[in-house]
Amino acid sequence: MNTLKKWLGIVWIAIGPIAMFWLVKTALSEIEKKPHIDTRIQWGVFVLVFIPIAIGLIIFGYYAIKGEFDSLPENSDQI
Amino acid sequence: MTASKGIWKVITASSVGTLIEWYDFYIFGSLATVIASQFFPKTNPTAALLSTLATFAAGFIVRPFGALVFGRLGDIVGRKYTFLLTLIIMGGSTFAIGLVPGYESIGFAAPIIVLVLRLLQGLALGGEYGGAATYVAEHSPTHQRGYYTSWIQTTATLGLFFSLGVILLTRHVLDADATISIAKFNDWGWRIPFLVSILLVIISIYIRLKMKESPLFSKIKAEGRISVNPLKESFGHKTNLKMVLLALFGATMGQGVVWYTGQFYAQSFIENVCKVDFDQSRTIIIWAILFATPFFVVFGSWSDKVGRKWIILSGMALAILTYKFLFSSLLTTADTNGRTLLAEKTESKISTAAIEHSNDSIRTTLTKTFYADGLAVTENRKDTLYAFSEKLSIKPDIKVSKILGSGSYWKMVFLVFIMILYVTMVYGPIAAFLVELFPTKIRYTSMSLPYHIGNGVFGGLTPFIATLLTTIYTSDKLVGLNYPIWIAAVSLVIGALYLVNKIDLNVND
Repeated sequence: MNTLKKWLGIVWIAIGPIAMFWLVKTALSEIEKKPHIDTRIQWGVFVLVFIPIAIGLIIFGYYAIKGEFDSLPENSDQI
Repeated sequence: MTASKGIWKVITASSVGTLIEWYDFYIFGSLATVIASQFFPKTNPTAALLSTLATFAAGFIVRPFGALVFGRLGDIVGRKYTFLLTLIIMGGSTFAIGLVPGYESIGFAAPIIVLVLRLLQGLALGGEYGGAATYVAEHSPTHQRGYYTSWIQTTATLGLFFSLGVILLTRHVLDADATISIAKFNDWGWRIPFLVSILLVIISIYIRLKMKESPLFSKIKAEGRISVNPLKESFGHKTNLKMVLLALFGATMGQGVVWYTGQFYAQSFIENVCKVDFDQSRTIIIWAILFATPFFVVFGSWSDKVGRKWIILSGMALAILTYKFLFSSLLTTADTNGRTLLAEKTESKISTAAIEHSNDSIRTTLTKTFYADGLAVTENRKDTLYAFSEKLSIKPDIKVSKILGSGSYWKMVFLVFIMILYVTMVYGPIAAFLVELFPTKIRYTSMSLPYHIGNGVFGGLTPFIATLLTTIYTSDKLVGLNYPIWIAAVSLVIGALYLVNKIDLNVND
């Protein structure tokens, strides 16, 4: 199971940049289609909130590869 | 006072306040169209811009920010005063929205004030939930943490229930004539749901003031073990950050989309895609919520026996597997194909009105058709008649509204009930799950952020992204469901592999 967790870390790392690329590409295309200020704000907010989350997913994947989730902390002394 | 009475007092004090906060937050969303017409006229681009900001910024940016601000405060000052403060901010902002004069009276000041108040609402909501859940969990007996915190979990759904109920009631009691009553509601009656909230907030503040600080927080405070910098400890230390990320990607992200699909997107789908009448589309949700709400407590309590993980993940799995079927059944239930038309009852009225400063006119055709099972369909079609060319407008404005017969109505209630049942599975045990994941000294901060990113960002965006997908891929009416299905699927895989099902009996650390 721990091996699978580590291997899947690569998938989580890969999803991060793919999601960012897709998001920015869709945002630019939608803004181009409807160049109103509310479309810009809407997609601007999407990009602003989802990019840090995508970075979080990359970090999560990195921790998975490093085996950080092989065993979870059981009390505060381990945190 | 017995221990049992004490915990119920804690639950009441926390739940009533949290319920009011959800009610306050939802009435703005439920009345978005009316508020937009009062404060954000579409003819003015700046006002329309402020409207978009109010919609998006409050839910998706300010909520997680509120989680950080009030989470930090709650881990330093204490749970009691922090979630008292969020209640005051939320109650004050909601009451003030009900008092702000419209755009026609004070111009640009109106949308700006409303935007600021809406942002304050989002900020307060971001701080409230973590405090209430932590406060109840830290008072709960070890083996019943899931059961007691599940009462807090009912508040978000009940807040929606009361907001829909109060709005429907107010729309219909302002005049004996339903049309006049709705017109009065759109003019000034919409303020009532905002103003009445202050009475409930005052009662709730009074109850919360009489409560004591969480025993676990008081203990670590007395021992001098309070965190000096909860933000740094929560997100700057790898061991805790990995738990925050795990909580987000393995639980709250999937939980958030299931929550918003079952309650918000379902209502939007019934009204805008199935074309069910305004009142019916809301009462369907109200009934479904009423029948499903006890299951929050059932699943919360069950999680004390079998663990939190698999109940939450089973809710996600069921949603992933059955959403397309359930929404497709909603469509079929409102579809006119295959029904027996009562042709003799069909009514049609045509009226024509001249367009000001033009030789053209608008022709309105109102057609009412009735079906044997009680379904009534009203079609309002507007064509532009050109004075010279006499051609019809290329794209007539057609509005369809359906009133379901009782069989179809209750079938829809049942379908939405199933979706809300999934909500109770993913949401009922999650407060206990999050509380057990983090230590007392940084619990408020650490659990609030993944909760509000999962619910505010992933969940809150569900209706927008799902609707957006239907505008891009117009041939498939169910394409919007791909967003919650894929997000829940990723969360399910992460949760199944990386989370443990062990109940942490000791949260006193």
